[in-house]
Amino acid sequence: MPILALNDVGVRYGAVAALRSVALNVHRGDFIALIGANGSGKTTLLQALHGLVPHTGTRRVDDRGARQVMVFQRPFVLRLSVWNNLRLALWLARVPAAERSGRATQALHHAGLAALRDRPARALSGGQQQRLALARAWAVRPDVLFLDEPTANLDPSAKKEIEAMLAAFAHEGMTLVMSTHNLGQAKRLATRVVYLDQGMIRADLPTARFFEEHLDERAELFLKGDLKWDV
Amino acid sequence: MSAFGESFQTAVALVVQADPVLLRTVALSLAVSASACAIAAGLGLAAGAWLAVITFPGRRVLIALLNTLLALPSVVVGLVVYLLLSRSGPLGAWGILFTPSAMVIAQTVLVLPVIAALSRQLVADSLRDGGDQLRSMGARPFTAALLMLLHERWAVATILLTAFGRAVSEVGAVMIVGGNIDGLTRVITTTIALETSKGDLPLALALGLVLLAIVGAINALIGLAQRVQGTSLAGAR
Repeated sequence: MPILALNDVGVRYGAVAALRSVALNVHRGDFIALIGANGSGKTTLLQALHGLVPHTGTRRVDDRGARQVMVFQRPFVLRLSVWNNLRLALWLARVPAAERSGRATQALHHAGLAALRDRPARALSGGQQQRLALARAWAVRPDVLFLDEPTANLDPSAKKEIEAMLAAFAHEGMTLVMSTHNLGQAKRLATRVVYLDQGMIRADLPTARFFEEHLDERAELFLKGDLKWDV
Repeated sequence: MSAFGESFQTAVALVVQADPVLLRTVALSLAVSASACAIAAGLGLAAGAWLAVITFPGRRVLIALLNTLLALPSVVVGLVVYLLLSRSGPLGAWGILFTPSAMVIAQTVLVLPVIAALSRQLVADSLRDGGDQLRSMGARPFTAALLMLLHERWAVATILLTAFGRAVSEVGAVMIVGGNIDGLTRVITTTIALETSKGDLPLALALGLVLLAIVGAINALIGLAQRVQGTSLAGAR
């Protein structure tokens, strides 16, 4: 029984079909990497899985419920302290007041941000803000964490830190769905790779098979970096 | 010395000597405008946040109307509130025409669209940036909008100062619903109008100087709020 399931899902932005007849099952413990060229529909698929965009077709969530949180490519943090951003996330997630301080403290330590607790969140570096966004997501103990290119625009050191956090989340049993342009990252972290092209899923395979098997011509071109923008 | 020079000298003396009439007039002006802005802030910020997230048929028309009301003439507000509060009007039983309460109502009506329209735009712009993130974390639309007011609190402060500036410097509405009664409803702007028509320029000039100082202080505060918002993150704590 999947924790999340999309069936025949379509999303349109005006005249543009961002997703077309997509079917995808997400199981507990999956770490799915969504890959594809710019404009292939990765972010829209994440939003559709999360229920953030209107769509046709059906979206089913496990009967036991599934708490879901998304971390965006450009993390949005409120003009509050690091600590208050965490507390606010816990309040929004309806975590009992008595638990909030403990969880926020744990999250700060988990993300290596304890020393920055009272700093204004907007004064943090890009990598630190992304770590705060991940800590904020982790603090609410989501069943499914969606990540939209979480290491885009970060330097190699910050990328490494974020990847370590994601690996730890996966190790704890969290289900993760991440869009990425970084094929090495997909190889290192994901258990499944979903390849999107022109709003459609062209391949959905365990990571090892995805990179070993012969894929269709456009997927092969994408992996080689030869897929033209105008095709 | 010219008449203007003499009047100016007397005006400065009135300010320096803290003339009781001058102080009473300034105090009433500030009290009326601050009260109106406080009431309009409560209503206008909530309305602006609500309009930024709600969808219903006719929403665009309502927003266009609200934006039009940004330039609402104060005399028209005065006239409408006068008609409502006059003895034969629907709210005549309240018996508050020609009292400071009536002036507060008139100024509230005057600045409410300013606060609502500007805060709606502010929240809508902010939600484009972080609305999905807040929804993802479990915020309902109106909660997300209110959080954006907290997020943009320095811009909100600018809006409220703008509204206060409009309220304290208007003359039409308070003149009509307050009646410019000495010692009861006479505020800075109505006193300036009256004393000028009487030819008593020193008091009018003194009040003009105070009004200029108030508007200047508001302008300085707006500048400070914008600088804090734009360049300093210390205020984000």
